[in-house]
Amino acid sequence: MSTYTLNEVNDIYFDVLREIGNIGAGNATTAMASMLGVRINMEVPKVELLTFQELGSAICPEDESIVGIYLEVSEDITGSMMFLMKLNSAHYLVNRLMGRPTDYDQDFDEMDMSALTEIGNIIAGSYLSALSSMTQLTIAPSVPHLAIDMAAAILSVPAIQFGLYGDNALLITTEFGDEVMIDGYFILLPDLESYDKILQSLGIKI
Amino acid sequence: MSEIVKVGMADLNICKAPNMITTLGLGSCIGIALYDPALKLGGLAHIMLPDSTQMRNNTNIAKFADTGIEELVRRMIAAGAVQKRLVAKIAGGAKMFEMTASSGVGNIGARNAEASKVKLKALGIPLLAEETGLNYGRTVELYCSTGEFHIKSVGKPLKII
Repeated sequence: MSTYTLNEVNDIYFDVLREIGNIGAGNATTAMASMLGVRINMEVPKVELLTFQELGSAICPEDESIVGIYLEVSEDITGSMMFLMKLNSAHYLVNRLMGRPTDYDQDFDEMDMSALTEIGNIIAGSYLSALSSMTQLTIAPSVPHLAIDMAAAILSVPAIQFGLYGDNALLITTEFGDEVMIDGYFILLPDLESYDKILQSLGIKI
Repeated sequence: MSEIVKVGMADLNICKAPNMITTLGLGSCIGIALYDPALKLGGLAHIMLPDSTQMRNNTNIAKFADTGIEELVRRMIAAGAVQKRLVAKIAGGAKMFEMTASSGVGNIGARNAEASKVKLKALGIPLLAEETGLNYGRTVELYCSTGEFHIKSVGKPLKII
């Protein structure tokens, strides 16, 4: 069992997450830029500690649809991570990728869904490789899973995982794009034992 | 003019006719609606996890099926309800993503539903209807005038149980 509670590691973990966020965001930007063939800018990520009530409506109203991409990680670090986008952001990205007019907003077809999954996969993978190279730990991501549903319903998945250890959740917000900036949201969910490993491998002692 | 009482994640509250009590976007969580038909008094709990006894950190009693239901019953009795008149309806417990069982939370929705039913049974509260499982989110509304439990999902018709 872990030595620390989530609240104790939070302060230190905040800084670590922000740094991982910065590097991961950089990697993700490069990957997205080459995928879309455009120049992409990215803002410094924001890390927030939220209560469950706040988390449900942190991205948009609880019952508004969002896109969530979920993947599990194994090897040295175990747990899961999630990448979330508002529906209009997802439409914008898919339209760019598919070479469609940017205001096209028909329901996603199967092809669009797999494009979205791939976008999520690239972005999530960029974060994980940043974490991996910072910590020198091996992290193996699973295949990504996509869901488009009410924000609170999708966020219930990470909320429940945070709920095992405490009453708060960490949300990382990054802003990226070309002419249009869009918000991407990350939730990293290492198992509590993995928090220790991450901090230890970074040489941080509590 | 009737009012709407909103219940958040890991939260609970009670509500009297003609008002409505709701929780938005249940995923793997469960919405447990209790109703005293004689008083037209409703209660709604939005629980996230099945069992408080397995947790070190279990100060938020509305987070768990066992302590959440107990607290909701206590609140309703304090407002005049009689325990043997109470009836229950539940919704939620979806599997939002295809997770492997190894994560320990892969089947959390089903475990939440099961734990809720076990607790209701232990308290002698009949479960009149449920709308649980599958892979989509649900917004629920309990209308205290009628005891109707409305379930709304994206791209699906309204379901009343």
